[in-house]
Amino acid sequence: MGFAYPRFEFRAPPELGARAPARHPVVVIGAGPVGLSLAIDLATRGRNVVVLDDDDTVSVGSRGLCYAKRTLEIWDRLGCAAPMVEKGVTWQVGKVFFGERQVYAFDLLPEGGHRFPAFINLQQYHLENFLVERARATAGVDLRFRNKVAGIAPRGDGVGLTVETPQGGYSIDAEWVVACDGARSPTRRALGLDFKGRVFEDRFLIADVRMTADFPTERWFWFEPPFHNGGSTLLHKQPDDIWRIDFQLGWGADPEAEKQPERVIPRIQRMLGPDAKFELDWVSVYTFQCRRLERFRHGRVLFAGDSAHQVSPFGARGANSGVQDADNLGWKLAAVLAGQAPETLLDSYDSERVEAADENILNSTRATDFITPKNEASRRLRDAVLELAADQPFARRLVNSGRLSLPTAYARSPLSSPDEGSFAGGVPAGAPARDAPLMREGKPAWLLDLLKDGFSALYFAGADTPPDAVTAIAALANDPTPIRAAVVSRVAQAGLPVPTAIDESGLAFERYDAAPGTVVLFRPDQHVAARSRHLDPAALRRARDRALGKTP
Amino acid sequence: MTKLRTTPAPGNPDDLYEALVDARRDLDEAQAAALDAKLVLLLANHIGDVDVVREAIALARKR
Repeated sequence: MGFAYPRFEFRAPPELGARAPARHPVVVIGAGPVGLSLAIDLATRGRNVVVLDDDDTVSVGSRGLCYAKRTLEIWDRLGCAAPMVEKGVTWQVGKVFFGERQVYAFDLLPEGGHRFPAFINLQQYHLENFLVERARATAGVDLRFRNKVAGIAPRGDGVGLTVETPQGGYSIDAEWVVACDGARSPTRRALGLDFKGRVFEDRFLIADVRMTADFPTERWFWFEPPFHNGGSTLLHKQPDDIWRIDFQLGWGADPEAEKQPERVIPRIQRMLGPDAKFELDWVSVYTFQCRRLERFRHGRVLFAGDSAHQVSPFGARGANSGVQDADNLGWKLAAVLAGQAPETLLDSYDSERVEAADENILNSTRATDFITPKNEASRRLRDAVLELAADQPFARRLVNSGRLSLPTAYARSPLSSPDEGSFAGGVPAGAPARDAPLMREGKPAWLLDLLKDGFSALYFAGADTPPDAVTAIAALANDPTPIRAAVVSRVAQAGLPVPTAIDESGLAFERYDAAPGTVVLFRPDQHVAARSRHLDPAALRRARDRALGKTP
Repeated sequence: MTKLRTTPAPGNPDDLYEALVDARRDLDEAQAAALDAKLVLLLANHIGDVDVVREAIALARKR
């Protein structure tokens, strides 16, 4: 039984037949994982958002697959991670084979004390279904299916859009437009913007196969396996007894011929053995690019996700980086719309996410060069690595079947303040928060739960916390752009005027290199803005203002 | 600043060269190329400094 695709009904928008175009603060183009995440984020922050999508269902067929821990943490902040984790297949171990021999294994989350797993695998249609449900339950999200953008006219103070629907066209005026309309982004084309980057000369066959099998829930990657002459193969488990198999075909392969069941089925049978029973659920042949837009902000039009950057699939860096774009942009756009930050704050979206895109493109390009060597000499070097890897630990670390998505620490961010006092490790400014298990009111809780509402500060307290210190940070919640503080302590603290959590395991102190008196300020996207060895409310306010792009 | 040492290393140079020649005495082109690839990886890891390796690559690529 296959997935039953929902048909989202068309509802006539109020602008149909109106004489003057309605003005909206934000229009998001594209209801994929990136556009929906951004819309939920903006609405959660009190900003109304219209989402336009030309289709009336979720992603068709087999596309995005692996969702990383940081992405799940973002979706948890948006209130929709739990059903995804419940439905998804949780995994953290990858194994690499050369021929018939295992040469390398990696564990993507070797330490405990995190709420979310390293990865889940989940079909994109399930994922989008969860996001659509969440968006529909969020006040302030106006989700419009079968609303196709037909024209875009950027101006200095906004963007004019013309939209086509089954019941006719209308015009809409947006203060800001975010194009989340995918790799072939019509918005990007309409604005005449070009991509820079490389196209890789290789073709891969994706087959989603329905079968019951007892492979472990791990990522298995083969270089030159005996069942697939000369090419690499990747195997992943998905929910509903569906398995994803990727076969490297080479540039000379004929994509149409390779998609035919009479070619695909024997290929899979050779891999799984003559007795394996399976059905094909989805087959496609793809090639890929590693490239990005030069800039992600073009005046009042912003680009996020595949419309802004593309990578190879090895490393799960596509959808994950797109959702992290939305995480970065949501609070900034909300702050600009609320008049709490200058428009120039959005230039930091460009610089921070370009840094992330470059990191993803670099990792993805390196993996692709390892998987598909460009000439005989590179293939010889690659094979030498794989042969040595069987016995030599140093060579195992060179094996690259995809370095899996990690969030970018914005090392050069203009929003970060320098450390006050010295830190050895911990979480530096620009990096995303690290989770840790805590106790609140006698119940298990997570550190990230303290960082879900705008700017937050964690005060790491010793046994004898000065009460006036806590009163001083509690007052930050009354600022026009509040900072909500919480106390993290190794021992119980009574009667403090802010949320208090007990770090029984010591992991929170350890992960932030904290000592009694340490303060860490987090941005609304849970990245660190500043940290200090002592509490200084004036310094926290300065760091918050810097993170809002205000020049002192 | 260059870090790659190009002055003669201590020890008998003829012993060093003989070891490298002997390693490929019974190999054909493809086997020798595979040997060289493994040697490069082993020695580059032993050096452990990518700047030194880059300097060596630059010198080796000079025509």
